[in-house]
Amino acid sequence: MCCQHLGNTRLHRASPAAFYDSSMPLDPSAVGRSYPPTPPYLVGREKIREFAKAIGATDPAYHDPEAAQALGYADVIAPPTFPTVVSFASNNAVVDDPDLAIDYSRVVHGDQRFQYTRPIVAGDEIVGRQVIAEIISRGGHDFITTRTDITDAAGEPVAVAWSKLVIRGEG
Amino acid sequence: MDLPTKKFTVTRADLVRYAGASGDFNPIHWSERFATKVGLPGVIAHGMLTMALVGRAVTDWAGAPDAVLDYSVRFSRPVPVPDDETGTEIEVSAQVKTTTDEGHTVLAITAVCAGEKVLSQARATVRTTRLGK
Repeated sequence: MCCQHLGNTRLHRASPAAFYDSSMPLDPSAVGRSYPPTPPYLVGREKIREFAKAIGATDPAYHDPEAAQALGYADVIAPPTFPTVVSFASNNAVVDDPDLAIDYSRVVHGDQRFQYTRPIVAGDEIVGRQVIAEIISRGGHDFITTRTDITDAAGEPVAVAWSKLVIRGEG
Repeated sequence: MDLPTKKFTVTRADLVRYAGASGDFNPIHWSERFATKVGLPGVIAHGMLTMALVGRAVTDWAGAPDAVLDYSVRFSRPVPVPDDETGTEIEVSAQVKTTTDEGHTVLAITAVCAGEKVLSQARATVRTTRLGK
């Protein structure tokens, strides 16, 4: 089990691990816990182009509004993993939740899933609502799955993101 | 049905570009010193970058940028990226697994780097009007 660490700048901070017993498994009663919606994220055309360029995605619909309009969208559309820009930020709310007391220096990204109602389109104002979907403790490790419902300004569903975070046990 | 294999190169410059675009500035993706200190073999690619590259393969196979309905992966191994001009290569292949009741196609995807599977249980459900184009 060796994957991608989550959480960016927090890795620079002092680990709070000494303040609690990290051998305690995560409390499964936290399943169902929800977090306040993320601040609205206004999706910019240039942000989509920047993201598409960073992953080498050259489809005209990611770059050229006319190409996207030909497919029936108001502006350029985002590549499939773009919702990570929102769900990544909202995962920090879970990792930072003092009640869960997750030692973030032990967190790695285990699984990721997206389910799409429609692509994200430039001009969307999107909000993520996050809930803890599952907690499993196995083999000395904890596995916490978050579900983030991403909606647009009208409250209509856009996508759902599930992230399974692995909190590695001691040793 | 096997879909045509696609190859993606990942260099350190790609990691820097992806960090900026995605907002994931975890130093394990740009600092050799930090990555080795936390027990990694060296700087590794963002898992979400690997997922994004495989996503490019999926939309290419589906023949449309908006064809993906569901997409999931498990990050089974890290993708180390050497500090040189050539970087590393991820090879992506897929098989058509099944067709859903709605007529969508489910792909079972394999992503390999340096002979190791870097994703497991990778699946995508796509609209199939132009599959395999």
